[in-house]
Amino acid sequence: MMKTASKPNSSTYDAIVIGGGHNGLVCAAYLAKAGKKVLAVEKRPVLGGAAVSEETVPGFTFSTFSYVVSLFRPQIIRQLDLVKHGLQIIPMETTYNPIPGDAGLVRWADGGRTRNEIARFSKKDASLYSEFGLSMGRLSRFTKNVIDTPAPEPASLNPKELFKLLKMGKLFKDFDADMRYLNVKLMTMSAVDFLEEWFESEPLLPSMAGSGIIGTFLGIRSPGTAYVLLHHYMGEIDGAFRAWGFSKGGTGQISLACARAAVSFGAEIITDAAVERVKIRNGRAVGVVLENGGEINARTVISGLDPNRTFLKLVGEDELPASFVGQIKRYKNRGSSGKVNLALSRVPNFEDGRPGLQHLKGDITIAPSIDYVERAYDEAKYGEFSRRPFLNIVIPSLSDPSVAPPGKHVLSAFVQYAPYNIREGAGKWPEKREAFGDAVIDTIEEYAPDIRDCIIDKQVLSPWDIEKMTGLTEGNIFQGELSLEQLAFLRPVAEWSRYRSPINGLWMCASGTHPGGGVMGAPGELAAKTMLKEGGV
Amino acid sequence: MLRKSPFHERTSQFCTSMNWKDWAGYYAVASYDTNHDQEYFAYRHAAGLMDATPLFKYEVKGPDSLNLLSRIMAKDIGKLRLGRVTYCCWCDDDGKILDDGTVARLGMDHFRVTAAEPFLHWFLQNARTLNVTIEDITAKFGILALQGPLSREILVHAAGGEVATLRFFRLIETRIDGRNVTITRTGYTGDLGYEIWCGNSDAIAVYDALIESGKNYQIMPAGLAALDVARIEAGFIMNGVDYFSANHCLIDSQKSTPYELGLGWSVNLERDCFIGQKALQAEKETGSSWQFVGLEYDWEAFEEIFARFDLPPQTHSGAWRTAVPVYGRSGKQVGQATSGAWSPTLKKNLALASLRNDDYSKGDALFIEVTAEYERKRCPVRVSDPMFFNPERKRGK
Repeated sequence: MMKTASKPNSSTYDAIVIGGGHNGLVCAAYLAKAGKKVLAVEKRPVLGGAAVSEETVPGFTFSTFSYVVSLFRPQIIRQLDLVKHGLQIIPMETTYNPIPGDAGLVRWADGGRTRNEIARFSKKDASLYSEFGLSMGRLSRFTKNVIDTPAPEPASLNPKELFKLLKMGKLFKDFDADMRYLNVKLMTMSAVDFLEEWFESEPLLPSMAGSGIIGTFLGIRSPGTAYVLLHHYMGEIDGAFRAWGFSKGGTGQISLACARAAVSFGAEIITDAAVERVKIRNGRAVGVVLENGGEINARTVISGLDPNRTFLKLVGEDELPASFVGQIKRYKNRGSSGKVNLALSRVPNFEDGRPGLQHLKGDITIAPSIDYVERAYDEAKYGEFSRRPFLNIVIPSLSDPSVAPPGKHVLSAFVQYAPYNIREGAGKWPEKREAFGDAVIDTIEEYAPDIRDCIIDKQVLSPWDIEKMTGLTEGNIFQGELSLEQLAFLRPVAEWSRYRSPINGLWMCASGTHPGGGVMGAPGELAAKTMLKEGGV
Repeated sequence: MLRKSPFHERTSQFCTSMNWKDWAGYYAVASYDTNHDQEYFAYRHAAGLMDATPLFKYEVKGPDSLNLLSRIMAKDIGKLRLGRVTYCCWCDDDGKILDDGTVARLGMDHFRVTAAEPFLHWFLQNARTLNVTIEDITAKFGILALQGPLSREILVHAAGGEVATLRFFRLIETRIDGRNVTITRTGYTGDLGYEIWCGNSDAIAVYDALIESGKNYQIMPAGLAALDVARIEAGFIMNGVDYFSANHCLIDSQKSTPYELGLGWSVNLERDCFIGQKALQAEKETGSSWQFVGLEYDWEAFEEIFARFDLPPQTHSGAWRTAVPVYGRSGKQVGQATSGAWSPTLKKNLALASLRNDDYSKGDALFIEVTAEYERKRCPVRVSDPMFFNPERKRGK
């Protein structure tokens, strides 16, 4: 835990960061490191935003929302000395697709072992798997350059921008023709179509394609989902692409490490302090007004909230150009996922005949067939949560025993689909929450029949709950979908992809900006570096 | 034919990778799984259970045992109180290191010594007329190393509450599953950890009891590959890797002294004569020729070396032990890095190195050889304390 005050020490700062999510804290840390007087303001009593750990059930620490880490930028870890501030990542080495009455499919860290597993379903797929990994690795290296720099602005005639575009173009040009074609396919195809160029078997195909729909309101056959697949593929731990891990003590520990780093550089952080609005004078942001009536002044205000909430709630339409407001209103937040966190008395038995628990230490994906996942989407399209959803389950206590009492476990199930706008209206979610939780547990029960006997307590989170707790509009986990028209120089909207906003002195620093969502820290880092470079603070 | 440790029946059951190596003539598990990562993380976040039986073990008994050990060890064993363990090294007459290990005092005239190499001859030779018995008990006892932040909870469960208060480098004699065991709070991971000694016939029962007690704490059988990464993070030197026993060196320059290896703290000069004392005294006065340091790679520069080949940075998947040259700013070779590893905990690329003594201090910039695409390059490194990882829990209550 980290002790924070609820009142600032001073009334004026160089910069105020709204929102104590991981990006806000990364941004605050970089600015403080550069010598700025920074205050970060969080509405909840705990820091972390959607990257938060909470002891929701006594003795059990849930990563309430975001539950695994991969994309967090290694340079942030180094530059902010996050290891010294408590960051510890434990890699996940397996991906398991259970099949009732079968051993299922486990992909291991070891290539040969994985090939043997896949060969049970398709020898052809087994022989292609490492080749596919190599191609994705190459693509990820291109993307790495994209995510570690602010998006170039194609409409600008500024020579610096043109140079950046040229540099990006050169990277693309340096690819061989096959990779260039592959990149275009990736940007335009559906996850399933893209993967079917390689693979033929289930459950490999739907399990891999599942990464393409996470956080989007699209199906695995919807064009554009192949990119999201890459977004989940390009994560790296210690230089290894497609490596995922748990943060020791839950995802919130990443945020807390960022917070400790920020404080060590002199930043101040307050909690239980919700911002009601951004103070604007003569078209310029000059501070914030808290819900408790307090006012804090700053030369620069930086929002770690999503674009919708920042501009439509904290700034207000009257202060903004109409065209910008229109774009922000059209920005897609469509919440599509929920979360079920379970406190367990023991590890559920997947009845797969596999010895030990090693194969349960990574993620467990419920996506037995392409039709299964597509059908789950069908229901969501018409305003229902999926009765048999796509699930991405983890049991982090198997790798990090610190999150549960001895012998007990926590299970986190990411659930798709759970549309924010259910047929009855989003406000009716509290009445459907129980049924939603039951659908998830019923689904798990088909694979692990004893799951109900293991449950000590549960936390069911619909996208409506996620919005209520974190403020994320429509509960969208990425602060806006990662669809092509909302990425790079179009994130969040055209002409405002470089962390600035139409209000002087008001900047953005979180997942609603380039390069997007995931516990990545890159928006916070790039926003801070851009501000420092361009005299924004 | 290699020997099987008394835990072999169990370790072979868990070793699905078949990844064995020869450790002092015993079958020893390098990694239980095809990949050692999970075992490493067990050492750092839960508990890893390692079979350390192949360590050479000597029992020294009799009224003169203290005399003998004080004469052999560079550390003053006379100060070792009952129920305590100490880390020490021993040298030849020229003060050149022969081996390093631990000495445990079980009784006023009863000690146990561990060594990486066989030294029965050396102990006997130096016992001369002393009233002492020295027995090689290597094949009589099994040793399990239980290492990691949850090792204490597991041992308390298995052996009772006494273990909870066992302090760093202390020992207790107790029982696990009704079998007599000696537990020392020692280890080679630089973390909270214990070593459990038991008679061969009790080995399987003790092993099973620890696994059973550890079930709720995610205990994992763990091997030498993971241990090697952990010991580098902890800055622990290894005989045969970071230095060579003077007994095995063909030329003098291959030999080292305790001072040169950063073990000066374990040398007690002001006392009755011990082997190597004069030479070590002289070295203390005139200064050492070598200095043992840690090195941290400049990661950006390391990445850049590989980026020139359009490659991502490539680190070893575990620890490496093939020495590479270390250069000074002028380009002159100033020493060698003898082992290293990417530290998954510290997120740093680390190496242990011996440098020609030029009073290097923390933060000094040097260069290490790195091979990228078969080409030898030089990567900037910073000198650091070799004890890269030193959590409070290692010594703490």
